[in-house]
Amino acid sequence: MDLSVTLSGLKLQNPVIPASGCFGFGQEYLPYYDINMLGSFSFKGTTLAPRFGNELPRVAECAAGMLNSVGLQNPGIEKVIAEELPRLRAHFHQPLIANISGFSIEEYTACCKKMAACEQVGLVELNISCPNVHGGGLAFGADAHSAAAVTAACKKVCAKPLYVKLSPNVTDIAEIACACEAAGADGLSLINTLLGMRLDLKTRKPILANGMGGLSGPAVFPVALRMVWQTYQRVKIPIIGMGGVACARDVIEMMLAGAAAVQVGATNLVNPMVCKEIIEDLPGVMKELGILRLQEIVGAAH
Amino acid sequence: MIFVINENRPVAKEVFRMVLRAAIANEEVRLRPGQFVNIAVEGCYLRRPISVCDWDARTQTLTLLYKTVGTGTRALARCVPGTSLDLLTGLGNGYTPVEARRPALLGGGVGTPPLYFLAKELAGAGQKPVAVLGFNTKDEMFYHEEFATLCDVIVTTADGSYGQKGFVTDALPGLAYDALYVCGPEPMLQAVFAQARALPAGHAQFSFERRMGCGFGACMVCSCKTTAGYKRICKDGPILTKEEILWT
Repeated sequence: MDLSVTLSGLKLQNPVIPASGCFGFGQEYLPYYDINMLGSFSFKGTTLAPRFGNELPRVAECAAGMLNSVGLQNPGIEKVIAEELPRLRAHFHQPLIANISGFSIEEYTACCKKMAACEQVGLVELNISCPNVHGGGLAFGADAHSAAAVTAACKKVCAKPLYVKLSPNVTDIAEIACACEAAGADGLSLINTLLGMRLDLKTRKPILANGMGGLSGPAVFPVALRMVWQTYQRVKIPIIGMGGVACARDVIEMMLAGAAAVQVGATNLVNPMVCKEIIEDLPGVMKELGILRLQEIVGAAH
Repeated sequence: MIFVINENRPVAKEVFRMVLRAAIANEEVRLRPGQFVNIAVEGCYLRRPISVCDWDARTQTLTLLYKTVGTGTRALARCVPGTSLDLLTGLGNGYTPVEARRPALLGGGVGTPPLYFLAKELAGAGQKPVAVLGFNTKDEMFYHEEFATLCDVIVTTADGSYGQKGFVTDALPGLAYDALYVCGPEPMLQAVFAQARALPAGHAQFSFERRMGCGFGACMVCSCKTTAGYKRICKDGPILTKEEILWT
């Protein structure tokens, strides 16, 4: 049984990838399992300068998911390269996905260049879809022109495959996907979180200090699946599918819709062992469904 | 890790005591006073963090005291003995016991449970702790007798219906303490902090509470600014020393 998948020439031992923002820089998961079994992982969204992020509270809950408004807290790219990546080297020997974000095209390209130069980084994931920061992130991902502009600028300086992480908070995600592909993106990651809100009934105010936040968890899975499906029909480049994936069957479903690999986000936070469990469950589910090579089912639903 | 509920019943107004036992004995589980467990609750997406009131490694028995404040804790309160719960254990930094003759343990409301575990450990190490437990009213009070088996206890109630009338901080000036361990609502922490300035570094430790996501340091939703940079309350806390605290 073959679980391996390929992303723009990069071979992964399996398609299971913890999503950015839900896995830090890997250290917190070391007590729970050997993270080297993962296909890859997309580390915490990194910006040029260190960021604290938004005020607290920055988490809320709903029936089948959660909202966060962290706002890209990270130690800054220099510290990530000088401290986090070397620390990870002892525990993780698979290609990493470097998730980067910025507030200007210059910041994106600077981060992109630095990350692509790191030997441990297999591909760069351009986050143009963070719903929790102003003037950055989603500001670039909300329309096709700005998405294409930042993609083209980063492609010029990126020595590794460049994937663009798209927002679901748009009218037509496939249109933006097409623009990124035309601008030179090697692949796409979708979806980022959906903008949502919860109110505190006693204070009559939003629970999140930032007002709104990004919804993730099983609640968003059908939305994510639909967007992967629609995008797959419009682009030729590989798609990393994510949004509410919680078990091996969800991984298969995402791949059938068109995902070449699958990221797991919020579920890591409620079950730190979930990626290990998914990887261990996959062969059994494949056997049951008559799948010999996982790679063969990508887009099979179309 | 799976635990089975042995007991789950109210000990005061809206406060429950849950006693659990590890389904499979695990010698590697280490729990320190001030740490917490994160409980998967049926019907809730996120786990619920609850501080450890007691842990007996020999019998693998865990005691939790919690207040029913929302959907998660109300669901916990409905769990009957025999129910299995999935817990992440050993979370947070916990208190760091320091050399002291007379440590004072200050608890407010459901902030008192972790101090029971701490009192047990400090008394076991030959120290003579004094616990000051503050509640709003008598019917919200719990664990006076249990603390009394371990150390001297002063109970205060805001309305004077039990023990001394007033707040924990009203009892503090009369005590000759040389270390402080605090857990309670933030205004109480601030009031104690103001009285703790003279203590040596590391001798005043405060437990903080924030809305958490994962509870083990991955999601960054509970970060706070401290004098030592950003700290995750779930992983680098919940205990901060007075030297680290930045009030915002």
